Amino acid sequence: MALKSWKELPIGCVVSEPGSASEYHTGSWRSQRPIWDNAKCIKCGICYVFCPEGCVQQTEDGFFQANMDYCKGCGICAHECWPRAIKMVEEG
Amino acid sequence: MGKRVGLEVTVAVAEAVALCRIDMAGVYPITPQSHIAEHLSSLVADGTLEAEFVTVESEHSAMSAVIGASATGARAYTATASQGLLLMNELLPIASAMRLPICMAIANRAVSGPLNILNDHSDIMPQRDTGWISLFVENSQEAVDLSIQAFKIAEHKDVMLPVNVNIDGFQLTHMVEPVELPTQEEVDEFLPPLTPHATLHPAKPVTMGAFSMSDYFTEIMKAKDEVIKNSKKIVLEVWDEWGKKFGRHYKPVESYRADDADILMLTMGSMGETAKIAIDELRQKGVKAGLLKLRLWRPFPFEEIREALKNAKTLIVTDRAVSFGGPGGPVFSEIKSALFAGKHHPAIYNYIIGLGGRDVAVRDFVGMFEKILSDKDQKAKDTYEFWGVRE
Repeated sequence: MALKSWKELPIGCVVSEPGSASEYHTGSWRSQRPIWDNAKCIKCGICYVFCPEGCVQQTEDGFFQANMDYCKGCGICAHECWPRAIKMVEEG
Repeated sequence: MGKRVGLEVTVAVAEAVALCRIDMAGVYPITPQSHIAEHLSSLVADGTLEAEFVTVESEHSAMSAVIGASATGARAYTATASQGLLLMNELLPIASAMRLPICMAIANRAVSGPLNILNDHSDIMPQRDTGWISLFVENSQEAVDLSIQAFKIAEHKDVMLPVNVNIDGFQLTHMVEPVELPTQEEVDEFLPPLTPHATLHPAKPVTMGAFSMSDYFTEIMKAKDEVIKNSKKIVLEVWDEWGKKFGRHYKPVESYRADDADILMLTMGSMGETAKIAIDELRQKGVKAGLLKLRLWRPFPFEEIREALKNAKTLIVTDRAVSFGGPGGPVFSEIKSALFAGKHHPAIYNYIIGLGGRDVAVRDFVGMFEKILSDKDQKAKDTYEFWGVRE
């Protein structure tokens, strides 16, 4: 998406399209990513509950994964996961 | 034509604001502004003014409340002074960035410390770069006129910026002066209902005050700078329309006996009234003295200042605030900046006067002129001095 010039900005930078924040992939800020070890996961969902971005989702088989478009790599899921099924690894 | 009445200036301002049919006021009382809050509150309570008066718990809340109200499309008003203005500071650049046409009276008062409730300009000067249009008045009539004009300027489709009207605390706010209040019909004719650029409404959801990273922040600041610079054209248009309608004319830089003057003084706010008397006294003594009064502080009227000073040999700039450890008073440094790029450079002197309500009498202004006129080899040129300070 081409960046707009200052002349093209709407008055007061009002955003008129509801939900357009989802187009902004804040996952690009991430320096670490969470990796789930499903062998250790007990499907308690604490990662889902604590994710401040709401980007952890439950898959059909009952395990969890993060939407990498929005996961900022904060590590709260890994910190809260008491069976220690989530490991934070550096982004390449 | 409206009736000529004797009113305290704060009451006259509240009456003028009521004539503007505001939808909402969010004001926290603070000396010497409180009478504006009290009178507006009374007008709402007795049904004269059909508006929401929000009794907030601080000036931070007052500005937050008017921002919220303005975002819904309401004509919103507030007033404050000194510490109250400083408490609002965090929100002032947000109001202008969101392009909300809020209007605010500032009953200029010294900021602490030490605690002082009296008049100077140390409250407005630190707000200079918040993106608000900033106007100064000299007397009651100007306070009334500019309080009404402020909405017209703020709400113009090419402006949509907040405006503050600076009224010297006590020196002006608490004076009882004759003033002509326009009629409701005249104000209705002059000031059409507000057409907001966007509103908060569930039927048409928008986001106001969204987040921006470095990829857009510079462009947003550039757009804000351009809109306030271009607002001068609208300010001039509004003053032209006002002059034609009411016969009272306003300019960014006003002058008194300045055309043939060798030595000029520049004032802002109510002290221009006293300085005028000093000019008359000096003229009687044969000194070709004149006065400039700066009404438009932001956007700064660079061209008008250069034009007003094109023949001046000497200029005395008075400041009502200190830029501690800086180049002199804030008005002084602005005037010097305005002249630096031009070819004509009068000798400029700076007096910091009337701090914390200290009286500046006619004899003081005459004294400033005489002191500069006796500075034959211009030793004090480009320096600043606290007038009347005890050594």
